[in-house]
Amino acid sequence: MIDTSFFTFFEYAFIQKAFIAGGFVALTCATLGMFLVLRRMSLIGDGLSHVSFGAIALGLFFGVYPLYIAVPVVMIGSYFILKITEKAKVYGDASIGIVSAVGISGGVILASLSKGFNVDLFSYLFGNILAISETEVIFSVTLSFLVLSMLYFFYWDLFSATFDEEYAKTTGIHTNFINILLTLLTAVTVVLSIKVVGVMLVSALLILPSVSALQIARGFKQALFLSILFSLLSVFFGIIFSFLFDIPAGATIVMLSVIFFMLTLVYKKLG
Amino acid sequence: MNILSVENLGVRYEQSIALDGVTFSVEQGDFVGIAGPNGAGKTTLIKAIFGLIPSFSGAVSLFGEAQKKFAKWQSIGYLPQKNVSVNPLFPAVVEEVVLLGLISEKSFPKKVTKADKKAVREILEELGIGDLRKKSFTELSGGQYQRVLLARALVQKPELLIFDEPSTALDPQSRDGFFELLLELNQKKGITILFITHDTSYIQRYASKILYLDRKVMYFGTVENFFQKKEFRDSKHQYHIHYSHSND
Repeated sequence: MIDTSFFTFFEYAFIQKAFIAGGFVALTCATLGMFLVLRRMSLIGDGLSHVSFGAIALGLFFGVYPLYIAVPVVMIGSYFILKITEKAKVYGDASIGIVSAVGISGGVILASLSKGFNVDLFSYLFGNILAISETEVIFSVTLSFLVLSMLYFFYWDLFSATFDEEYAKTTGIHTNFINILLTLLTAVTVVLSIKVVGVMLVSALLILPSVSALQIARGFKQALFLSILFSLLSVFFGIIFSFLFDIPAGATIVMLSVIFFMLTLVYKKLG
Repeated sequence: MNILSVENLGVRYEQSIALDGVTFSVEQGDFVGIAGPNGAGKTTLIKAIFGLIPSFSGAVSLFGEAQKKFAKWQSIGYLPQKNVSVNPLFPAVVEEVVLLGLISEKSFPKKVTKADKKAVREILEELGIGDLRKKSFTELSGGQYQRVLLARALVQKPELLIFDEPSTALDPQSRDGFFELLLELNQKKGITILFITHDTSYIQRYASKILYLDRKVMYFGTVENFFQKKEFRDSKHQYHIHYSHSND
């Protein structure tokens, strides 16, 4: 029988790996999600997660490690979202809908053609951070570090373009570049979050901690701090509860995020 | 010194012409009010000056340089219409908002220094809103809001200030105070000012020149001459003149 005492729990290698990868992913999603939510781009995470479904199916179909295929494919998907919006004169949400439909339908067709990897594909739909491998931990930490570095270096341009895009343009900030950067970083973040919460729930990790923080924060730095805090607590306690009660980690993480959101609503109402 | 020169500017939205053959120039120290009926192209003109929308004809030059080659955007301060461009959910504090005025001139990677924070403190003190530095921007009153955005524009140390309806959100008393402040900036610091307003009484009281637009330039010259001209007291322009008198 597994000893579930608190200290023994942290000695398990798979728990340590889950905490490291989950912690970095939580940090990345909370930071990036704040900009996405405030720029009304949060649905792009949802659309790209659907593209990642098709990309994973593509990887499984050709026998290549799915997450390696998913990074470039989802980045291409994000490029198409921007281009369809720009060239076909449709609103952003409509172009997200088009690209995500291509992702899902492509994935379903590939799954049907192969007839062999439906079980594997299902594991990516809902994630399983407790089964994360050492390679996947390195993959998650590296990509998280890359995304966080970009957010750090472009922090003030992102701040300016998010707070007042028209003013940012008048001061010479290239807001189109900022939009492309955010979309590409979202593509990378969606892929690295798949192992934690799965394709179906990736957007929740991008949206919920940020909207919770925005309910009660006074100042942008405080909002970022609270978003990161809610995200880390959701992931860490999600992993612990998942292990203790034998329930799926991804769904538990998301439900905890929802609870934090409800608590911030109550706090705001009482305050 | 020529600050802004607009020559034969034409802007089109889909099939409708928003601006046609607009020509005027602004010299250093001018205080220019832009007026005209709704849909006259006032905001479009400002956007075209900044290159935010494309033009189908003409040219804009800033500080003697063609707009497309112009890089010293830091020397132009801009105050947009209230509630038009600022993200209402963004939880910024006043200090962060004003710091944005210093960001564009920085080289990559952009960092805020102690000197930047000092410059922000000083400009807020100068505008009499030093106590708002750590206050949430979304909690400000109309007057405070406009002063903070003015601080954001002034911290850039601009030579030209452009305002789009700066007084819409203000009560009459705050409106007068705001324009007195602009007059002081124009007269004491020599900052050239260009502002859009529906209320021509403020142009009459504070500006040195008026640009009256109705997709084309109907009048550009001194304020005194404008208010003496019969054609601007007649027809559709009358409303604006009457409107301005009713607010006196």
